[in-house]
Amino acid sequence: MKQSRIKHGFAFLMLLAVFCSCKNENTQGETTNTQTKATTSASQKGQAFIADDGSTPNVLQIALGSPDHTTLVAAVQAASLENVLVNAGPLMVFAPTNEAFAALPEGTVEDLLKPKNKDALANILKHHVTAGNYSKKFLKKFTKLGQANDQDTTVEVIGDDVFVGGAKIIASIKAGNGIVHVVDKVIVPPSN
Amino acid sequence: MRTYKHPILSMFGALLILTSCGDNNSNSASSGALNSSAAEKVYVAPGEQDEFYAFLSGGYSGNLMVYGLPSGRMFKEIPVFSQFPTNGYGYSEETIPMLNTSHGFIPWDDAHHPDISQTNGELDGRWIFINGNNTPRIARISLTTFETEEIIEVPNSAGNHSSSFVTENTEYVVAGTRFSVPIPQRDMAIDEYKGNFKGSLSFISVDPEHGHMDIKFQILMPGFNYDLSHPGRGKSHGWFFFTTYNTEEASTLQEVNSSQNDKDFIAAVNWKKIEEYVNNGGGTMMPANYAHNVYDEATHTGTTKMKKEVLTVDPLKVPGAVFFLPTPKSPHGCDVDPSGAYIIGNGKLSADLTVHSFDNMIAAIENKKFDGEAYGIPILKFEDVLAGTVKSGGLGPLHTEFDGKGNAYTTFFISSEVVKWKLGTWEVIDRKPTFYSVGHLMIPGGNSRKPFGKYVVALNKITKDRYLPTGPEMEHSAQIYDITGEKMELLYDFPTHGEPHYAAGIPASILAPNSKKIYRLDENKHPYAVLSPDEARVERKGNEVHIYMSTIRSHFTPDNIEGVKIGDKVFFHITNHEQDFDVPHGFSIIGQNTSELLVMPGQTKTSVWEPKKVGVWPFYCTDFCSALHQEMQGYVRVSPANSNIEISYSLDGE
Repeated sequence: MKQSRIKHGFAFLMLLAVFCSCKNENTQGETTNTQTKATTSASQKGQAFIADDGSTPNVLQIALGSPDHTTLVAAVQAASLENVLVNAGPLMVFAPTNEAFAALPEGTVEDLLKPKNKDALANILKHHVTAGNYSKKFLKKFTKLGQANDQDTTVEVIGDDVFVGGAKIIASIKAGNGIVHVVDKVIVPPSN
Repeated sequence: MRTYKHPILSMFGALLILTSCGDNNSNSASSGALNSSAAEKVYVAPGEQDEFYAFLSGGYSGNLMVYGLPSGRMFKEIPVFSQFPTNGYGYSEETIPMLNTSHGFIPWDDAHHPDISQTNGELDGRWIFINGNNTPRIARISLTTFETEEIIEVPNSAGNHSSSFVTENTEYVVAGTRFSVPIPQRDMAIDEYKGNFKGSLSFISVDPEHGHMDIKFQILMPGFNYDLSHPGRGKSHGWFFFTTYNTEEASTLQEVNSSQNDKDFIAAVNWKKIEEYVNNGGGTMMPANYAHNVYDEATHTGTTKMKKEVLTVDPLKVPGAVFFLPTPKSPHGCDVDPSGAYIIGNGKLSADLTVHSFDNMIAAIENKKFDGEAYGIPILKFEDVLAGTVKSGGLGPLHTEFDGKGNAYTTFFISSEVVKWKLGTWEVIDRKPTFYSVGHLMIPGGNSRKPFGKYVVALNKITKDRYLPTGPEMEHSAQIYDITGEKMELLYDFPTHGEPHYAAGIPASILAPNSKKIYRLDENKHPYAVLSPDEARVERKGNEVHIYMSTIRSHFTPDNIEGVKIGDKVFFHITNHEQDFDVPHGFSIIGQNTSELLVMPGQTKTSVWEPKKVGVWPFYCTDFCSALHQEMQGYVRVSPANSNIEISYSLDGE
């Protein structure tokens, strides 16, 4: 089941990559001075857009291939985080399902996807990423994890279940550059 | 194959790729290189020369590569820690001693951080130093001959990583241990690491005239991992700063256990204070065993001397010499700005950079504002020493260099970018992607008071699609950026050799005029040299046969040798009589268990051959030296072990 999703994901990724890189080349030609433009073009080229059907899918490709994570994928794209997720890492991504995003207060996701909220969105998404590669079982050794947005999150074990920042791991998929743990909640970064 | 399972989608995808590629090409041609003049900026016309030398460490090749900037052309591979068949380094009798260690002959190492010698905080272009990580060693390479002149082993060290950075006047080249170990080494349980292992920071003095290295003292620190280091300069000259991680002192599964503390430390070491303590008789001389290998340019020969003791210093015995600066998230790079005012710690699991202030540090020390201690070493308060935080927006900061115009440039491994920011205001000015996963970066003069802020070179760990594919194994990739403007401009990609960790750059105008052209034959003091062809001869000493041979275009003298027997050890001592720039001669003989030799004009090198088969065996020149190169050959007649044939040889046909 997951296998076939992943394969669909590949085809989708290829299309996406092509579209994105086209768009990028166009914008880059025009890009000169402003920092926002430079950042945009920076995030739309690079490793994420290399066609490679031989390697084990990376965490981005897994997310792209999952019909349960279309909201997450849209968010990653809106925050221009594709290249971060294909890095050598290793990366451990806690991937909230569409349902998890839907459970947020109404309008939250739409709001976050607005360009003006790009930084806030990136902060939330990076809070779902750890530099590491640990199985669910191994995660039971931890009480906390340092996330990519520079904040810590909690690890709790209740029975057989592992909760990260209050979100339960409901599936785990090994990736070429780490691991994706599917979680049932959006992990909200603690406010400082 | 996946493509067969979704033929329609894939075809559609392929079609799109084709059309979009066309677009990409036309776009980049029309709006990329030409509009920005990037091509012009890296183009060094045939016959022209580059503006800078760049010395890129070869990483797991064990050697040092010489490149030109901005062209990215490679000029030379200098063998340092690895045998190099191209010229016989580590194979010739003269250079084998260079690779001796207390573990025996070690023909390889992992070369990381080249650093050029300095006077008054500026590059002086006399020598370049580089560390061997694996079997801890520091090498000194001459920047007139571009050859390795000296290698000193570092005892009580393991994973010699926070090395080999020089102080402002090359008083010291510093080598810190990455792995803490039992000191002295002994048989003990690994899980008793905590509190029992130690980390050594070695200060190796450099003789100002000859460059000869000597371990002046080793500071025995708590058993953390000492990752990288840089010297203070200007106002902070006299101090040295080392990043640490694994202050947890975990001995297993470090990827989890060494990241438990929110903050590790930058260790600030007042080496002038320790030097004074040592000069006044302080420290404990400890038994040790380490190799010191020196190559003498006059004899063209390296010799090994085993040293038997090293002076160690307990930092607690020198109050006021060592302090810990708390620094977040397992800091990796430890960089000091050209003024010496700021110490930058790059928390590799972080998004932000921590900048400490040297002045704040001194004030906190003077006011004795400590926040506890670790193994008796005072810890300063994070807030007291902090100058600022760079909110980068990137991920995985590793290393920072400076342009000398108030800007700093930091690499981010995870987000694959170089971020330019301003010292003092900590604001991000620009960011540019690298391809991919950048480690170190280099601005010529980057570790000095006077950087030459024209280019930055990003040294990437991952290549993927940047060049034509060469199977699973590819060379690493570098990018050169123009940093003369407000925004960085990516100019060019070039492949590098091995895994370049760090690099050092210097204006060509400082080095090129001093580059040696030939070795003078009349200064050759090699004991087996023949200074004139009529001294050429063959001598038997028991089962050793010594051939004193000279070469000149286009013959060997002697060329034919008889009387060699099975069981003999034959030494070809070859002196190149050319005194003409760039006319080496080579040597090889059939069935030799070693590499060829490449002998430079005026030089003597020795190759050993132990013939196994009776017969008449040819040798020849391996370097295409002249129009009559193919005639440059000779024969050795090898007779059975019990043969009575006396040594004889022909000289110029006589």
